[in-house]
Amino acid sequence: MGARDQHGSGAPWGDDFRAVGKSLRKIEGLSKATGEAVYADDIVLPGMLHAKTLRSPHAHARIVSIDASKALALEGVHAVITGADLPTKYGVIPWTKDENALAVDKVRFIGDEVAAVAAVDEDTANAAVRLIEVEYEELYSYFEPEESLERHEPAIHEKNKHGNVSKHVELDFGDVDAAFASADVVLEDDFVFHGSTHAAIEPHCAVARTSADGLVTLWSSTQITHYVQREVSRVLGIPQSRLRVIQPVLGGAFGGKSDPFSLEFVVSKLALITGRPVKMLWTREEVFYAHRGRHPMNLRYKTGVTKDGQITGVDAKILIDGGSYSSFGLVTTYYSGQLLTGPYDFPSYRFNSTRVFTNKPPCGPKRGHGSVQPRFAFEIQLDELAEAIDMDPIELRRKNDIGESTKTVNGQRVTSNGFGRCLDEVERASEWKSRRGKLPMGAGLGVAGSMYISGTNYPIYPNDMPQAGIQLKVDRSGLVTAFTGGNDIGQGSSSVVRTILCEELGLDPLDVRVVAADTDLCPVDLGAYSSRVTFMVGNATIDACRKLRKLIVEAVAAKWEIDAKRVYLGTGEVFDTDERETKITTREAFEIAEAFHDTLGSTGAYNTPTLGGDYRGGSIGASPAYSFTAHVVEVDVDTETGMIDLKNVWVAHDCGRALNPMLVAGQMEGSAYMGIVEAVFENHRVNRFGLHSGPSLLDYPLATSVDTPELHALIVESIDPEGPYGGKEAGEGPLHPALPALSNAIFDAVGIRLRELPFTPGRVLAALREKAAADSQTGGTSC
Amino acid sequence: MLRLPKFNLVSPKSIDEVVQALADSKGRGRILAGGTDLLPNLKHEFIEADIVVSLGEVDELRGIEVSADGGLSIGPLTSLADIASNEHVLRIAPALAQAAGTVAGPQHRIMGTIGGNVMLDTRCQWINQSHFWRSSLGFCLKKDGTACHVVEGGSRCVAAASNDTAAALASLGASLDFQNAPTEHGDGKRTLEFEALFKADGAWNKKVTPTELLTRIHIPATPRGHRGGYVKLRLRGSIDFPLLGVASRLDLDEAGKIEHADLVVIALQARPTRVRKAAKLLIGTTPGQANYDTAVAQVMDAAYKQCTPLPNIPGDHEWRQEMVPVYVKRALAAALG
Repeated sequence: MGARDQHGSGAPWGDDFRAVGKSLRKIEGLSKATGEAVYADDIVLPGMLHAKTLRSPHAHARIVSIDASKALALEGVHAVITGADLPTKYGVIPWTKDENALAVDKVRFIGDEVAAVAAVDEDTANAAVRLIEVEYEELYSYFEPEESLERHEPAIHEKNKHGNVSKHVELDFGDVDAAFASADVVLEDDFVFHGSTHAAIEPHCAVARTSADGLVTLWSSTQITHYVQREVSRVLGIPQSRLRVIQPVLGGAFGGKSDPFSLEFVVSKLALITGRPVKMLWTREEVFYAHRGRHPMNLRYKTGVTKDGQITGVDAKILIDGGSYSSFGLVTTYYSGQLLTGPYDFPSYRFNSTRVFTNKPPCGPKRGHGSVQPRFAFEIQLDELAEAIDMDPIELRRKNDIGESTKTVNGQRVTSNGFGRCLDEVERASEWKSRRGKLPMGAGLGVAGSMYISGTNYPIYPNDMPQAGIQLKVDRSGLVTAFTGGNDIGQGSSSVVRTILCEELGLDPLDVRVVAADTDLCPVDLGAYSSRVTFMVGNATIDACRKLRKLIVEAVAAKWEIDAKRVYLGTGEVFDTDERETKITTREAFEIAEAFHDTLGSTGAYNTPTLGGDYRGGSIGASPAYSFTAHVVEVDVDTETGMIDLKNVWVAHDCGRALNPMLVAGQMEGSAYMGIVEAVFENHRVNRFGLHSGPSLLDYPLATSVDTPELHALIVESIDPEGPYGGKEAGEGPLHPALPALSNAIFDAVGIRLRELPFTPGRVLAALREKAAADSQTGGTSC
Repeated sequence: MLRLPKFNLVSPKSIDEVVQALADSKGRGRILAGGTDLLPNLKHEFIEADIVVSLGEVDELRGIEVSADGGLSIGPLTSLADIASNEHVLRIAPALAQAAGTVAGPQHRIMGTIGGNVMLDTRCQWINQSHFWRSSLGFCLKKDGTACHVVEGGSRCVAAASNDTAAALASLGASLDFQNAPTEHGDGKRTLEFEALFKADGAWNKKVTPTELLTRIHIPATPRGHRGGYVKLRLRGSIDFPLLGVASRLDLDEAGKIEHADLVVIALQARPTRVRKAAKLLIGTTPGQANYDTAVAQVMDAAYKQCTPLPNIPGDHEWRQEMVPVYVKRALAAALG
């Protein structure tokens, strides 16, 4: 990290911000609303072919033979490819490349890709897919992670060194056993987190085109243009410089588009073979098979506290169901332990996490990658500990707040921290003190807290180059164009870039264009994941702006023959601070600068400082800044049906400085919605045949507007010393507390502890019955 | 997106033309009203059609009228949204208005028709899926296969009738006019009592063929003291098919005593389930009095014993059974408002 990476947290021109902190409309908002926005599936090219995929009907099988002759003979079919055409393995994590675009030798889940067809239209391609004959030899299938842990033959990945174990991590900080011995209360329980998926509204789509001189262009609905370029280039043997990857407008991702996917390789290969543009659009069902959603986890937590509420130690054992491929699993396994060490101060901590392969759709990163599940378990346990020592659950959390400018037990540096204020906000807004524990039977309030990363200093593949890069073009027209590799997936990253340009250069938003996620045009950025974009792209943008600003100020100062310090360009006009009547427009200032310097431009970059603990894996989860969140959830439980009526969620989130409060609130509301809906409605699972239980948006229910609670976004701004103007992430952190706060609210409402997700009405009723039986034995009630 | 298989679309303007077009299709035709059930089923390929006969231009199939006897005559092409809000339906057949108002989501109710909901195909977690999905199981009894995945070794399809309005129409004693193309044997017209429409076979749970046109729905007049209700169990407050639906009917005399009572449960098996014997326990009791409350408890118990949901549609079937008495109670409460 160099000087370019830190810019201070104040306004660039005097005391007040002009654009930062304003709820500017999203850069692509109107075009999405009017239908003008071009998504991948809107791309139609002359002569374009349509591709479809043949998928495995078996959960685990060896491919004996594939006969595509009938498919190839069908009129309108241009090409059929199989694993033999794309034999190079890939994967987003360089150490665990275990995927093929199309199966080589074996298939590992129902829905795994086997062959692909390019034809004149979708119907012909679909018909051809059914004509491909595949002979399989079925293998023993694994659907339960416990079994994958015990049994290693047959191996799902034969070359894997540890049977069916995908990754194992054990880390130990401080003397946990002594901590339990010194505690007044130690609780130990099992928790179950089911699977859930992203369900972005736009299904994955990719279009590829080749040129006569061998250049390939790939449009893909991805959130990681850069990694897609690297992997497609490697698998297809095309130099990266000749493969252009473009992300069109995206209809949501949430982590579900952060792996390279089969279709990107397939359309590129088919375009090369046929010489025609090729498109593949997945059905909703195929998106469910491609998955990469939240890992199911079985979690055992043991936590000790003193009677005055100090946490003494935490011990976690976690079994992670990875599904059939590695994806981000190495990181998931680390994150499941590494990200729990705030917002509370643990004097001691250890975790033991194991990810195993099963013959199910592969899991990966979903909003709050790897840390939502441990957070679920731990925050319920904290609630139980508070109850055990008769302390208010908010008070217990307050008491253990790790505070700012400190280090976690696993060596992560914490800079700014607004967690205490988050607790204050939800306590105030929910009227906690007068309502919690006092609402009528069936109604309740619950609290939970969390911490999350604003990007990580782990760049997926080790390198010394910037993690975020941006380039600015400015000319006499008055227009400034930013070229950023950052993927705007609807979270507003391009809008953040525009806000910063407006702030730094005194521009009207309409005089800024942002060209994003096009590898031919934009400097490298690692993509939209780990909540890194606002922090890293934001800092890179400030860096580029300040360099450009210097050029402009220098030129104007020379023209006016004054000291550069007197030139002010923060308000849309440029003036001499000593003689205010000497003023020109920003556009005129650009003219002066272009004449003075020749053609104008600048670049900016960002790299994280060296972070993390000094041990293997110590940099995974190390972030330049952490965001903090607290939720209070209010529910009504119908004790006759077991159904949960979600009434209110108060979400207080410390995002550092809110660069655009409307977008921050949108992320907070969306996160809280996504989290609480996972708990009540969703269940991403396979049935007894290993087949997805219902790969459609009818069978996989997401809350409609009538099922959604009132969401109250309470923005807390702890100004971070290294964030752009003090900003931090807001896209993933605000999801975490929703699920445990709901469980805790249900406890307040009806006196049952739900430790297993999802909270189905049948489960609620069973727990109520159990409680009634226990109460009748003891003759009392704990509610 | 799943592709819609190719078919010929015809848009006749009269009932006679419709039935002729269906007769000409030789069993390879299907009727398109709102399309909210047919189109997904065609995409999932467990229904196949060479010809799709659209009813959109057949105006004689629309409308809600009060008949001479004070009952209702309803054109099957009337939208569910119109049924739910029509003043005559709300007055004469409140359970039907309530049931129509709970079908799917608001957009579906604008497209979807009452006739379409009556003729809705049965549903099962093992059939309402894509061709690929079903193929990986070797298909099932309802289409293309020989095995049932709900009842192992079962030889009869147990897909569930999932039409909310069927429970209400059964409780109201509705009758249905159907029409086929005329032959030398007759004019092709027949009228069925509502319950006579259904049979206990999920593969096709109706005693008419899919190409027989429903032309009118008749609901007999209801007495002055008629009360009707419909409640629906579903996880979400909108969109979902019923996990259980209960229609209730209570006809009160002038003193407020129950003269006639009926309960019909939907989404259990291939046909609506009438729990009349249980409902009879209510006759002679007066809502608001202790004898009614005692009877309701007995009815709940009897309904629980009579209704045993299968794991056919999605959802926990043991919980669905637990919900039978709860929803019977709520359906009765809904009737009494």
